[in-house]
Amino acid sequence: MQIRINIALKKAVLDIQGKAIEVSLNKNLGYSQISNVRQGKFVDIEINETDQENIKNIVDDICDKLLVNKIIEDYSYQILKN
Amino acid sequence: MKSAVITFPGSNCDRDAVIALQKFSSKVQRLWHNETSLDNDLDLIVIPGGFSFGDYLRSGAMASISPIMQEVKRLSQKGVRVLGICNGFQILTESNLLPGVLMRNQKIKFICREINLRVENNDSDFTKKYKNRQIIKIPIAHMDGNYFAEPNTIKNIEDKGLVAFRYVDENGNVSDDSNPNGSIFNIAGVFNESKNILGMMPHPERAVDNNTGSSDGNLMFESLKSLF
Repeated sequence: MQIRINIALKKAVLDIQGKAIEVSLNKNLGYSQISNVRQGKFVDIEINETDQENIKNIVDDICDKLLVNKIIEDYSYQILKN
Repeated sequence: MKSAVITFPGSNCDRDAVIALQKFSSKVQRLWHNETSLDNDLDLIVIPGGFSFGDYLRSGAMASISPIMQEVKRLSQKGVRVLGICNGFQILTESNLLPGVLMRNQKIKFICREINLRVENNDSDFTKKYKNRQIIKIPIAHMDGNYFAEPNTIKNIEDKGLVAFRYVDENGNVSDDSNPNGSIFNIAGVFNESKNILGMMPHPERAVDNNTGSSDGNLMFESLKSLF
C-alpha cells in the first residue's frame, strides 16, 4: 500500500518560507490575488500492510517518533492509488 | 573529569569540542552514534555541532533516534552532565531531553558571526564561574536557531530560571537587533529542570582561545572541571 504523509507547520506558527514564496508570487510574478502561502512537505512510504487500523497505528507511531515535530507541525495521510 | 564527545554522520564540530575539552578533562572519549553501551563513570557528554544526517527532515531529528541517545537519556537521568551545542541543542530538543524546538532563522539566512550573550543563571554546573548577568562574546553559525516553545512551556522555563543565556547587545540589553535568529525572548540556551543538561546554539568550544576571537568559553569548561 502506498501512503502519502503530508506534514505542515501548524496554522499558529509563522511560516517564513511560505511568506517568502508569497512575496515572490505577488511581486515578481504579479499575482496579487494570491495570499496565505504555506510550504509543507510530504513523505511517501510503501507499507506491507492492508489492514487500515494497522496502517493508521504505524503511521501515527512513525509520525510521533520521527516524521513530525508535534510542537510546530500537524500531519495527515492518504492512501495513494496503487 | 571524564568526558565524551559523540559523532553522528555529518557532525563537524566534534574535533573542536575534543580540543577544547582536552585542556580541562583528563580523558576525552570519542563515541560513534551507534554505540549502545557507555561507561557509567562518564562525567560529561557533549553533543557537538554540525549537520547530523544532513539536517534532513528536521535538524537533529534522525540523530535523536540514533542508538547512542538511549544511553545519553539513561546517563542523564543518573545525573551525568550533557552539553548540546548548536546541532547538539537541536538533537536534545528532538529527543525531548530539553523543551522547545529550534526552527529556521527568522530572516531565513545562515548566520555566522560573534554575538553577545548574557549569562542568565550562573547557578549551574556549566555557568558557576561566570558572574551573574555577565556579558560574553561567543560565535554562532547556524540556519535553524530560532528557539520556540508553547506559552506554558516558556512560562515554566522562565519562572524556574531555566534560561541559561540570552542574546543581548554590547550593553547587555535584550533587543530585537541583538537577536540574530528570532528566538522567543532572545533565548540562546536552556537547562532542563535539574540543570544537568544544557543546550545552547552558540559555540563555546570555539571561544577558548583569543587567537580565534574570544576565550569567553573557557569559563564554562572551568566551571565543569571545578566539580571534579
